[in-house]
Amino acid sequence: MLTAIGRAGVLGINRRNGDFVMRYNKRSLYPLVDDKLITKKLAQENGIPVPQLFGSLDTPRDIPSLNDLVAQQQSFVVKPSHGSGGDGIVVIDSHRGRRFWTCGGSVLLWAELAHHLENTLGGQYSLGGHPDRVMVEYRVKFDPMFNPVSYLGVPDIRIIVFLGFPVMAMLRLPTRRSGGKANLHQGAVGAGIDIAYGKTVHGVIGNNSTDEHPDTGAAIGGLEVPYWQQMLSIAARCYEMTGLGYLGVDLVLDEHLGPLMLELNARPGLNIQIANAAGLLPRLEYVQQHAEPALLPEDRVAWIQSLVNDRTAGWQSG
Amino acid sequence: MNRRHLYALSALLIASGLSVAIYKHRVLGYPLLPEESASLWSIEGHLTFERHTVGPVKARLKLPHDPPGFRILREDFVSRGYGLTTEIVDDERIAMWAVRRANGQQSLYYRATVYRDRAAGELPAQPPFPEALELEPPFNEALAALLDTVRAESADVATFVSALLKRLSLPAADTNAQLLSTLATDDFERAQLAVTLLTGARIPARVVQVVQLLNSPHTVDARPWLAIHNGNEWLFFDPVSGASGLESNLLLWSWDSAPLYEVDGGIGEKLEIAVSARTEDALSLAERRATARDSAAVQYSLFQLPIPTQAVYEVLLMIPIGAIVIVFMRNFVGVKTFGTFLPVLVALAFRESRLISGVLLFALLVSAGLAVRFYLERLRLLLVPRLAAILTVVVLLMLFFSLLFHRLGIDTGLSVALFPMVIMTMVIERMSIVWDERGPMEAIKGGLGTLVVAMLAYVVMGIDVLEHLVFVFPELLLPLLAGFLLAGRYTGYRLSELARFRALGGPAK
Repeated sequence: MLTAIGRAGVLGINRRNGDFVMRYNKRSLYPLVDDKLITKKLAQENGIPVPQLFGSLDTPRDIPSLNDLVAQQQSFVVKPSHGSGGDGIVVIDSHRGRRFWTCGGSVLLWAELAHHLENTLGGQYSLGGHPDRVMVEYRVKFDPMFNPVSYLGVPDIRIIVFLGFPVMAMLRLPTRRSGGKANLHQGAVGAGIDIAYGKTVHGVIGNNSTDEHPDTGAAIGGLEVPYWQQMLSIAARCYEMTGLGYLGVDLVLDEHLGPLMLELNARPGLNIQIANAAGLLPRLEYVQQHAEPALLPEDRVAWIQSLVNDRTAGWQSG
Repeated sequence: MNRRHLYALSALLIASGLSVAIYKHRVLGYPLLPEESASLWSIEGHLTFERHTVGPVKARLKLPHDPPGFRILREDFVSRGYGLTTEIVDDERIAMWAVRRANGQQSLYYRATVYRDRAAGELPAQPPFPEALELEPPFNEALAALLDTVRAESADVATFVSALLKRLSLPAADTNAQLLSTLATDDFERAQLAVTLLTGARIPARVVQVVQLLNSPHTVDARPWLAIHNGNEWLFFDPVSGASGLESNLLLWSWDSAPLYEVDGGIGEKLEIAVSARTEDALSLAERRATARDSAAVQYSLFQLPIPTQAVYEVLLMIPIGAIVIVFMRNFVGVKTFGTFLPVLVALAFRESRLISGVLLFALLVSAGLAVRFYLERLRLLLVPRLAAILTVVVLLMLFFSLLFHRLGIDTGLSVALFPMVIMTMVIERMSIVWDERGPMEAIKGGLGTLVVAMLAYVVMGIDVLEHLVFVFPELLLPLLAGFLLAGRYTGYRLSELARFRALGGPAK
């Protein structure tokens, strides 16, 4: 590669699509991750922890049943089953009668919420405008350890899993600008995570480096993500679960339940490279060349972790 | 993994597309550039004579027969009351008119349309070497002496002939040439003398007749020209100047020096040859040529389609050209647009409305539509009825702008039909969702990207040469297809990624 980023091993969109997504992800498997309801059922069958599903709304006629679904819950989340990038997700902190308080503290009237649900069912947030379903699920009580580095919303962890091997990870921290969402292109902070130990190393906001959270001012580097081993193991198991060779696994950390798998992505974004200040390509190629395919998930995790410690292995950890 | 397959397929597509196009251009003469014109020459031979008493008449006229450097596109004869036959006698093609009873002034016409084609023409077979000849006493010695001088000055047949002709045209310099040139008084005789002298040197030569193709109001005469055979091929010389070659505007009419016409039973016969140049669209010439050859290219040519259908294809064939712009801007540059091929449709709309007014209209419609969309948002409409409402508003806005511009006397030349209103509605809807979800920055970025790519596609699709090429050579879309296949395997960086990942390229290592 002639370019500077080529020498750094940056994976570009064309290469990701042509050499990884199209080659390792069978089109017929996409519905497993594109429809979050299917993903959730699959995860439950495979013993992968996920936020509890209270129920789903399939048609506008089901909308009134939302009240029954959440009658016992103080807080809950509604999200489009086919949404992408966190669009269309509403987090309800508490509700009484016909009033719903979002996690941002504003009040939604029932009519407003119902309108949002109707639009979602009509396909506003799904690719191509196809009719969609709405998931009503448990609202994650995120672990307070991330409190200093989050503004509203739930921080989540993205792990890129290639052929079942977790190769790169980052922590996504919501900001005021991202409106409590953990999406980097909406202004969330991304922090690279040392794949072996689960320690954050470096942060970006947009395309720029940052060492502290823009809203809270807390340091981003050096955070130790709890349950890291468990998270890697969940991520690795998603490979067997879906059969997708190139996968983005999104996890959250619940205060009581530990790591939960939130959703999967068959075309995970490339900003994770900026957050880690490292290109994906050397790691992907290393796995292509050296990995033993028949390993069990735990062994795959152990193998990756051993590489990071083994200077002679030639693994670039960035 | 299927790379070899892909390359083979692409090579096949490129080769087949290009070879058909090259065949059509080189052999059938389809022009590569628009408005390329070919020179057509109209030649009219007008043979007149009189007959004072009623009686039979026979007239013979030599016709050009596969002249070198020209092709005869069509020819016709006008001869009222005469029977006409054409026959080929000794490399000559002759038209023979005959009538049993003729009286008074008679007119016979021969008309031919010819065009220049370097490769055309059939030359007579190699003639036998002539016998050595004997001239009258003083001339025989002069001939031998002249031939010796000229031979000493020349290297081969061509230079020999040139040198000989030069000596004859400037006889003052050489007493032998001076003596010999007294034998000839006009150009025909001079040419004949040259042939005689060349026969003395045992070089086969003949006087031929050429007509100069000049666009002039005057009639032209057949001129003598010299054709000699050097053992390999025929060479041509101007018998007066000695210059070699047959200029591109000389049409070889007859392979001998005998008069072009002959009339039995008439008097005062006269042949007037008139020449006029006619430029014709090279394209229609090529079509006619291909028709004359019964080529498959013309049977499957777009020009065989009804004109309205042709007009549609003129637009449709440009869409892949617009797609090049899309592929380039998206996969190589990395510009974000709304919808994949939406910019091409917008560009097609610009074709009707011209760029400036098209861009203005696009901006006006999108911003007005967005305002309406945000207003409708407050009414909490369901998705599909809301889209229908925006569509209706877009149509009304369009109508409003048309009426407004008309009132203001601005002729925007808007073709309402082609402005893709449904597409515009989708742009507005997509843009407003992006606006809501990702903020105005992203929405405006996408809108501008769409507009810029559409403008670029418009400019590229408006290149006359490209338009002409894909319409005349639709097979060129095959190499284009190959290009898309290859672009589909481009896994390098997009230009925008160089900026996006800039931070990673810098200090590392």
